[in-house]
Amino acid sequence: MGKFIAKRLLLGVLVLLGTSILIFIIARVVPGDVASIALGSRASESAKEALREELYLNDPLPVQYIKWLGDALHGDFGDSFITKRAVSADVQQFLPATLELVLVSGVFIVIGTFVLGLLAARYKNTWVDGLIRILSYIGIALPAFVVGVLLLLLFGYKFQVLPVLGRLSTGVEAPPTITGLYIIDGILTGHFSVAWDAFLHVLLPALALAVGPIVQDARVLRSSLVDNSSREYMAVSTGYGLPGGLLTRKYLLKPSATSAITVMGMDFSSLLGNAFLVEQIFNWPGLSRYGINAMLNKDLNAICAVVLIIGITYFLVNLLVDLIIAGLDPRMRIGGK
Amino acid sequence: MSQKANARVERKGFLSPSTRENLRIYRYKFTRNKLSVLGLILVLLSLFFAFFALKIVPYPEHIGSFVDYANANQPPSGAHWFGTDQMGRDVFSRVIYCFRGALQMSVVVLAISVPVGTLLGLIAGYYHGTWIDTVIMRITDVFLSVPALILALCIASILEPNMTNSMLAVTIMWWPWYARLVYGQASSISGEYFVKNAELVGASRMHILLREILPNCLSPILTKMALDVGWVILMGASLSFVGLGEQPPTPAFGQMISDGANYMPDMWWLTIFPAAGVAFMILGFNFLGDGIRDMFDKGGH
Repeated sequence: MGKFIAKRLLLGVLVLLGTSILIFIIARVVPGDVASIALGSRASESAKEALREELYLNDPLPVQYIKWLGDALHGDFGDSFITKRAVSADVQQFLPATLELVLVSGVFIVIGTFVLGLLAARYKNTWVDGLIRILSYIGIALPAFVVGVLLLLLFGYKFQVLPVLGRLSTGVEAPPTITGLYIIDGILTGHFSVAWDAFLHVLLPALALAVGPIVQDARVLRSSLVDNSSREYMAVSTGYGLPGGLLTRKYLLKPSATSAITVMGMDFSSLLGNAFLVEQIFNWPGLSRYGINAMLNKDLNAICAVVLIIGITYFLVNLLVDLIIAGLDPRMRIGGK
Repeated sequence: MSQKANARVERKGFLSPSTRENLRIYRYKFTRNKLSVLGLILVLLSLFFAFFALKIVPYPEHIGSFVDYANANQPPSGAHWFGTDQMGRDVFSRVIYCFRGALQMSVVVLAISVPVGTLLGLIAGYYHGTWIDTVIMRITDVFLSVPALILALCIASILEPNMTNSMLAVTIMWWPWYARLVYGQASSISGEYFVKNAELVGASRMHILLREILPNCLSPILTKMALDVGWVILMGASLSFVGLGEQPPTPAFGQMISDGANYMPDMWWLTIFPAAGVAFMILGFNFLGDGIRDMFDKGGH
């Protein structure tokens, strides 16, 4: 197991180095005159020259890359062209909001997938199954940003029961920072009303991100549950008189869950991508909204930082998914060595 | 005798009996699932809208920059099925025209990324375990290490925002999926006896890659292509939602949805109908893709 993790980590670091080269090419080489983009074309030549020196733009490309990477590894991504602050400070400010959103929607996806998947398999070929099937088609057809806009419309104007914009209601102060995630901080420091307010705010954007994955992954779980429940070992175990609950939990759900968890891991990719649009829609002050604004305004330093952080997050989540699957499926553990 | 009879049968039809038999099986497998048929219908309609957009829409001039404030902001009616926007343009005409851009995008993206990805995957798979394999597949890993939408947004935003560059951005992010798919297929096939035989009799590498290995990878590639049309449309709509893609006044799904969202909820038709248009295309190509997968599925009965 340790060897498996070490191998994955090493490979991951290599791939992330490749990612850094890729984003360096996209954000530093392709745009051409970085200094003019940063300062505007009418900036004085001396200011541009100073910036070129600061960003190592006068060095040959490989040297530029190595110096840039060295700084980045120390957490120094330079200053944002837009906010004029250090990009690392911006990231520290905005990352927790995105983590909170992604975590909550991850929890929704896991719970929703298992509830709907088990229901669909339990009531196979009844109206429950049919309804979940239709929902899954809707989930495929509607992009997350459309779901976001629709939720915003429904709850922002029609039924005004949930807050739709930002992380907290106006007038509510953020809890003392421990993790930066308001819900967790609020609970840890005893500000339960703040935590509740933060939870209500995260509900709709998290749902917009989760709806598509939930209904599609539930279908995956349903089909592997149905496949496995007709296997001989299930009939044998039923024949032994094992109680139904134990049978489902231990013998049916465990082997069936691997495929659904694999798909959830893959969905995480589209979730991170869609967060860029959904945060924009719900005015969620997170890293993704920072990232999309950086992209639209050609804030090159910020783009590099955001993409690299997303790359690292994505890698860690995939590692976690592999570990969970290795934990569930002994064949993977052996194959991993 | 019987050979003669066979020859006569062959001459009678355009296709040989065995081909016709195969087609019959394909048709059976495809039509067994009614959703595949629905998908085919939706796709054919999409193609029809895309090709004949300018001929069939009631107000072709409303597609570009056109102003008619007298008829602005009207809800759906007999004259304007999907209502009109804040400039008095017919939303129905504009939504139908969006089909064209979406289809164009998916055709261009797949026409470039599929051959490139397939070729790289074939080479890496054939030279399985050598440095060629390592280089190609690690580069593929790098492109897949960040969610595709994010890098596509990145590339599209750094270039000028227009349709060509958004297609370019999506293409750059799309080939790795095919490289990985074909790699898996090719590396298992390259160990088969018929490939070894071809090597023994001295077939060229080109022949082995394109004539021996490639045909055996075709059905997963075709299935993935049919499913991918929907996903390319989705990604194109996501790009145009943030303003990277087709620029106004030419309409695009994402752009219409994001513009319309500003006028929600009073003028709901500005958002709902373009959203329905995207859903129409994505569902159609997904159902069709499922049908094609069933068609090539060797097991199952």
